[in-house]
Amino acid sequence: MRRETWVGIILVLGLLAVPLWALAVDEPYTITLATRVVILALAGVGLNVALGLGGLVSLGHAVFFGLGGYAMGILASHAQSYTPLAEWPILIEGSKSMPVIWLVACAVSGLVALAIGALSLRTSGVYFIMITLAFGQMFYFFSISWPAYGGEDGLSIYVRNEFPGLNTLDPIQFFGVCYVILCLALLLVSKLSRSSFGLALVAARQNAERVQAVGIEPYRLRLVAFVISGVITGLAGALFADLNRFVSPSMFTWQTSGEIMIFVILGGVGRVMGPVAGAIMFILLEHFLGGLSEYWHIYLGALLLGVVLFARGGLIGVLAGREVAHD
Amino acid sequence: MSLILLIEQVLNGLQFGVMLFLMSAGLTLIFGVMGLINLAHGSLYMIGAFAAAAVAGATGSFVLALAASLGAAAAAGAIIEVTVIRRLYDRDHLDQVLATFALILIFSEGTRWAFGSFPLFLDIPDYLSGPTTLPGGIQYPLYRLAIIVVGLAVAAGLFALIAWTRIGIQIRAGESDREMIGALGVNISRLYTLVFALGAGLAGLAGALIGAIQSVQVGMGEPVLILAFVVIVIGGIGSVKGALIGALLVGLTDTLGRFLLPVVFGAFMEPSAATSIGSALASMAIYILMASVLIARPRGLFGAA
Repeated sequence: MRRETWVGIILVLGLLAVPLWALAVDEPYTITLATRVVILALAGVGLNVALGLGGLVSLGHAVFFGLGGYAMGILASHAQSYTPLAEWPILIEGSKSMPVIWLVACAVSGLVALAIGALSLRTSGVYFIMITLAFGQMFYFFSISWPAYGGEDGLSIYVRNEFPGLNTLDPIQFFGVCYVILCLALLLVSKLSRSSFGLALVAARQNAERVQAVGIEPYRLRLVAFVISGVITGLAGALFADLNRFVSPSMFTWQTSGEIMIFVILGGVGRVMGPVAGAIMFILLEHFLGGLSEYWHIYLGALLLGVVLFARGGLIGVLAGREVAHD
Repeated sequence: MSLILLIEQVLNGLQFGVMLFLMSAGLTLIFGVMGLINLAHGSLYMIGAFAAAAVAGATGSFVLALAASLGAAAAAGAIIEVTVIRRLYDRDHLDQVLATFALILIFSEGTRWAFGSFPLFLDIPDYLSGPTTLPGGIQYPLYRLAIIVVGLAVAAGLFALIAWTRIGIQIRAGESDREMIGALGVNISRLYTLVFALGAGLAGLAGALIGAIQSVQVGMGEPVLILAFVVIVIGGIGSVKGALIGALLVGLTDTLGRFLLPVVFGAFMEPSAATSIGSALASMAIYILMASVLIARPRGLFGAA
């Protein structure tokens, strides 16, 4: 097996081992921390489909993260207050069931990604970065000034949503749910990157003219990739909201987009396990540097600068060597 | 009454637009000449405001404060150009976005460390405070009028610099062909540092001028930065003329949108719903404007094809 595969297996097993150890020594906070890692990694896995495979530098992925969060917040708040979401044309009730919320989060993020992608992908390069950023801001300002769901204050959900057969209030069980979803997403992305669709997508990133010349339309490939990417990030948003039992417009800020991008870059762009490594590193930094100094973002900035300027393969690149570095 | 209010709002929009131009002129020049997308431009705006507040606090002179904002931001710009930005010119946009995002983190937290989290205040000098009467009997704050004048003067100066001076010729030549002007004996790396410092200085000046209206605090640069991006994307990245027109368009759209949309919705809805829908839509208006421009003209109004 390649070294990168080994690094990946160790990361995934390590991510499972830490909360199990924390369970054994009764440290629920560590389990919550690990759950955060898993959810943020999932958001990164989503972005990585667009960014790593498709080369689409989206600075607006907070839109999907936030939509997932609000899908959870809105459904759960209606279920919490026993008011229907809509009475006309059909009666729609709120829901406290995770699978229903996930489905709604995925569907909404997917539809919005389709719309944003269809418009944004007409541009490229810097214009693409800017237009995705602008869509992000659009959603952010809308969420702030729309008073029905808390506006600037956000929405609190008092009890975590339910998953049939599990007690999601137990940290380790909720961790398990998130972990399984992350593993499924990783499996999907690694299959995707080796499928003919994934290969064509990577080819379109490297040389769009050639791809066009053999009869494949890069626009459609990118649009599909953007939608898949949005759906995964949206799902992560729903889980993140459930972890905190709180959603607010801060999920839509462009700093959120920037942070999701940081996970992907710290870990290594275009590598299946990159976002996992990046999210682990980010949370560890936040936890330890944040404990050392209130101003830990300075160190984060310096580290990010160092990775961009000098270590372009990211953490996985350093651990697994450069032989498989992408383009 | 309503007409006077409208004219006032138009002037506010103009003032906002002129400020945005000071921010976006640097961004668009830096992109046009060096091909670099600089997220840290908002940090230079913040540095200008903090330098002005510190100098005004120490000396009490507003003119010195403005000079300090120009100088400090230009110096900070030159320093980051030489140490970091220079390495990014031949990298792809993703690397540029990330490295300059990292610079934002460093600058914001560094400023928080140096000045604390509490906002500073920069006072409008006495000779510029209070209202003035415009022809037609309109009362308007003198300071805002001064901002419009200063902004338009800087814009005129910038156009003159680019059109008539030797450095302007080099900047324009650099936009069309970087290798060639290097081959013709222009010291490219010095030109780049100069352009970057110029853009940074303008951003710093904008920060100081606005700092006197709003408060001077960490994170003040990022909202303006995003608006400046909207401006240069609408105007066409690299075009200073586009930046001016884009800035005025964004300034007016935003200000008038906030003023008019609630009124428009109020015509056929109950007042509270009209206010909330109107203000929600108004805050999205410029992004809708930008998306529509990009969909109609993917390279902006004055962008090179």
